[in-house]
Amino acid sequence: MITYILRRAASGVLLILAVSVVTFLIVFSDTQRIVRSLVGERATAEQLAQRTAEMGLDRPLFQQMIDWFANAFTGDFGASWLTSEPVAQVIINRLPITLSLVICSIVVLALISAVLGTFAAVRQGGAADRIIQIGTEILSALPKFWLALMLVIVFAIQFPLFPATGYVSLQNDVIGWATAVTLPVAAVVMGELRVTSMVRGAIADELNKDYIRTLRSRGLPSREVLFKHVLRNAAEPWVSLLSMKIVGIWTGVVVIEAVFALPGIGTLATNAATRGDGPVLMGVVVATVIVIVFVYLIFDLLQAWLNPKARLT
Amino acid sequence: MSIETPQAAEKTSVRPGAWKRLISNPLGVTSVIVLLLVILMSILAPWIAPHDPRYALLDQINASPNATYWLGGDVSGRDILSRLIWGGRTTLVAALIVIVVAVVIGISTGLVAAYAGKISDTVLSWIADALLAIPSIIVLIAVYAAFGPRIALSMFIFGILISPFLFRLVRALAISVKNEAYVEAARVSGVPPVRIIFRHILVVIRGPIIVMMADITATAMTIQASLEFLGLGSINTVTWGGMIEQGFIAIYQAPLSVVWPGLLLTVTIGSVALLGNAVRDALVPGRASARRRRHSVKTPTRTGGAWKKHQDTGPSAFLTVKDLTVSYPHGEELRNVVEGVSFSVDRGEVLGLVGESGSGKSQSVFAVLGLLPEAAQVTGGQITLDGAPLPLDGQGRHRPRRMAYVPQEPMSNLDPVYTVGYQLTAPMRRVLKLSMRQARAHAMELLSRVGIHESEKVYELYPHQVSGGMAQRVLIAGAISMDPELLVADEPTTALDVTVQADILDLLRDLQMERNMAMLMVTHNFGVVADICDNVAVMRSGAVVEAGGVDKIFNAPEHPYTQALLKASLEGAPTRDFTTGGGHD
Amino acid sequence: MTDQQPLLDVRNLCVDYPKRGAWRQKARVLDGVSIDVRPGETVGLVGESGSGKSTLGRAVLGLSPVSEGEVHFDGEDISRASAARRRELASALQVVFQDPYGSLNPAMTIRDTVTEPLRTAGISRAEAVQQAEILMDQVQLPSDSLDRYPNEFSGGQRQRVAIARALIRRPRLIVCDEIVSALDLSTQARILDLLMEIQQESGVSLLFTSHDLGVIRAVSHRVAVLYRGRLVEFDDVRKVTEDPTDPYTRRLLMASPVPDPERQRERRVAYRREFPGAVTA
Repeated sequence: MITYILRRAASGVLLILAVSVVTFLIVFSDTQRIVRSLVGERATAEQLAQRTAEMGLDRPLFQQMIDWFANAFTGDFGASWLTSEPVAQVIINRLPITLSLVICSIVVLALISAVLGTFAAVRQGGAADRIIQIGTEILSALPKFWLALMLVIVFAIQFPLFPATGYVSLQNDVIGWATAVTLPVAAVVMGELRVTSMVRGAIADELNKDYIRTLRSRGLPSREVLFKHVLRNAAEPWVSLLSMKIVGIWTGVVVIEAVFALPGIGTLATNAATRGDGPVLMGVVVATVIVIVFVYLIFDLLQAWLNPKARLT
Repeated sequence: MSIETPQAAEKTSVRPGAWKRLISNPLGVTSVIVLLLVILMSILAPWIAPHDPRYALLDQINASPNATYWLGGDVSGRDILSRLIWGGRTTLVAALIVIVVAVVIGISTGLVAAYAGKISDTVLSWIADALLAIPSIIVLIAVYAAFGPRIALSMFIFGILISPFLFRLVRALAISVKNEAYVEAARVSGVPPVRIIFRHILVVIRGPIIVMMADITATAMTIQASLEFLGLGSINTVTWGGMIEQGFIAIYQAPLSVVWPGLLLTVTIGSVALLGNAVRDALVPGRASARRRRHSVKTPTRTGGAWKKHQDTGPSAFLTVKDLTVSYPHGEELRNVVEGVSFSVDRGEVLGLVGESGSGKSQSVFAVLGLLPEAAQVTGGQITLDGAPLPLDGQGRHRPRRMAYVPQEPMSNLDPVYTVGYQLTAPMRRVLKLSMRQARAHAMELLSRVGIHESEKVYELYPHQVSGGMAQRVLIAGAISMDPELLVADEPTTALDVTVQADILDLLRDLQMERNMAMLMVTHNFGVVADICDNVAVMRSGAVVEAGGVDKIFNAPEHPYTQALLKASLEGAPTRDFTTGGGHD
Repeated sequence: MTDQQPLLDVRNLCVDYPKRGAWRQKARVLDGVSIDVRPGETVGLVGESGSGKSTLGRAVLGLSPVSEGEVHFDGEDISRASAARRRELASALQVVFQDPYGSLNPAMTIRDTVTEPLRTAGISRAEAVQQAEILMDQVQLPSDSLDRYPNEFSGGQRQRVAIARALIRRPRLIVCDEIVSALDLSTQARILDLLMEIQQESGVSLLFTSHDLGVIRAVSHRVAVLYRGRLVEFDDVRKVTEDPTDPYTRRLLMASPVPDPERQRERRVAYRREFPGAVTA
């Protein structure tokens, strides 16, 4: 178990390094274009060269990369080319918003998929089962940002129950925070509801297993068989199915931040991209990968812990 | 099928082609038509769009639908309808690029990983996992920052980023079928590897691959629209995603301008997903008519009367089953898998239910135990236990009391996530209301009774840590833990080696005699019957054809089917002599 | 006849499988097994799970790697034959597997499955189909079976198809791996009858594995008993099944219950006397 954790962690670190290198090469490959966009189209070649030298972009790409990594290890991710703010600070300001949306979405999706999946599996072939399966399938076909827009039109414009835009910090105002995240989380979760059918499948598989019949033969009540045995065994595939949705949820949140004008990682990345802010982009990518690797690690551990075969080796 | 007939199981006329099956599926047809319309619309855009999609009229800014602009005007006063018609082009091209890249990379690397040995598998799998852990949208945003709005490039990169989904699927499927018997048979037949990969592997696993391809196409359309929506697209190209972005600016004034492109996008994406499923269903032969191994009874043979004559245990027997009929819905009608079966067992007596697969022997005992599957219905008959009739509602589900069940497959009948000890004690605490300590002590006793010496150790083990024979002993311990008066064993030794079988049969016999239990033994093996049973009922096609004491059935079988079965047994068949082995060469 | 040159000669065969979970450790599945099969003869391989009987068949077919020892087929050592040589050997060496549900490609018609070995050998489609029709008759399947897919057939019928596929190149040796263990008793008897009939006609040799001594006894001329990867007895069928010398063979023989209540009672007592209260862990 411990070697397993170490192996996963090492693999995660390797992934973070690899992604950083590749992103660096992408973002800094065409610095001329970036500098030109910063100094303006009418700048002379001299101005351009001067600005390039100021930003340290005239050095060899490899040298720049080494420096970037050396600084990054000390926690210094450079400063924004536009605002000169330290990148680390910008990201620390923005990350909690994105992270709270992602975590809320995972938790809500986990609960809904478990409840609906169990309900559909127990009522296999019934009307409720069919409605759940078809409904979740249709919702999953909708692009999430469009779903978010529809939610805004209905629940913020037609019936102004929730704010259409803005974010309230959780520490300042719990209810304000809750109403602010409701629509974005709803849009993300609805867009990933297809996982319910898979959870249903996992539970249905478990219900059909031989040992369930044997347990019933000893007089265990159906409720206990369902909650103690079926759901316990289906927990592992459930966690595994949810872990496959992490990236989708992250992507959804990044896009949906634009709909609700939430100042998270997504809007930061979009703004940095359109304005050519290299250091900020690098910071966003590295932060994203670190968070995702960490979330994956938690899911891996949870999964291994749920399976006695993996837990005991 | 109980007894094999030389004719093929069913006559079906010439198999309709995959295309025909696709067309006969309403969802398939709908999705094909929708996608064709979208494609046609995109190709014909220059001719069918009523206006230039970039031409702006000031008086049409955020206009409602009117005679000039049928669906109204957008935030710059351009025709929404014309922009919708043009906008599909980018979506389709983007999807095409992504799916081509993903298929080429995903399938080829998946096959390499499945075949080319451990190192390439490890490396490729790691790369795939790594790519899957990166949110593509972030990478695409970075690509935009570096290279500007280049749809083809970003979709090419997205194709690479999403190819691991196909890689993982192809790899897993290829590994699962590469050791299938038919693949090995093809290898032995000298079929070259390339041909094996195409004909015996890719063709067989194409169903899930096609569904995955549809998913990838749908995701590509979504991600392309998302990029446009974030404002990371080219300003000069008309796209649905871009339309949503511009409509979003005026969402308070003209909410409909957001609805149209989204609706079109959704319908297109939904059709792709549906088409994927429909194609999969159409390609896999027999999928629509896929059925479980049949339990159906075609010509019910009513021979229950013959049995009653031989019945030597009266209605006072501990368990009596009378005219039991069990049915499964088959389309509109009900089909009987057990029809008018009667038998009885008294305390201290072992009754064997023998028959081949599909004879209804297992269904009969599940009815007795009240453990029939959800779909099954008890449609007739009566079961009495110790004189009292069991409540047989529609499904024959009742809480089994005073009876216990020993299953066939030892491994699959233990819950893998709980220890042996927990599984033994939970029912004791719950049903017999024993305390934890009492239950544990009782479990230890039972484990030693079934011949497990290190009961303390085994108590703590998980099912995957014990052998098959040991697991069967644990299950027997579990069965007798409820102090049953009737023990029902369903092929309890079939999955075991013959030397283990001898031990388990001895154990069952000892327990049965020691506790004076009635025992129902389901088996297809006449050797097992001869070993442990007092009486036998021979079943065929859901009915009992002959029953009686073991000596009588073995020595003087009356029914031709019993005779045939006993004759099919190889015991006492002549051995072969090589000198008569026939001329060769 | 006994001094006839063997068709298949397995000498001191060892097969290792990599151990699960452990790195570079190997488990010996077959340990120094030597048997031979003569032309037209059936050699039965019997043993319990883990005895290595299936592995022996697979090693002969080149599906399991040989660690030590040799496999001579018609005088040629094929234990390390190249892939190309293996494809040539396909004309002489064939297989029928246990699982009637997994042994036929579900996406191919019976015609394509049965003719594939001939088509691979470069024989024209028309001729291959003609051969297949003859074989359908020989394995007692209706000729219209050729147009169907495997899911339309019962287990026994699928095994007939698998036998037809093995026969179509007129091989000299067929490895039959537990081919009747998934079938009902009466179906099993018919498949065995069919196989012996075909052997009488064609003179093909069979290497027949089974866990069921009854089946082995009915089809084999000579029997090899395997226990945990080792050969414990290899002799004439009558000698092995009536007067075995090895204690394990005796145990195997006596543990298997016979369909005769009276005799079984005696056997049971005798078995317990010789092997008292063995408890498996």
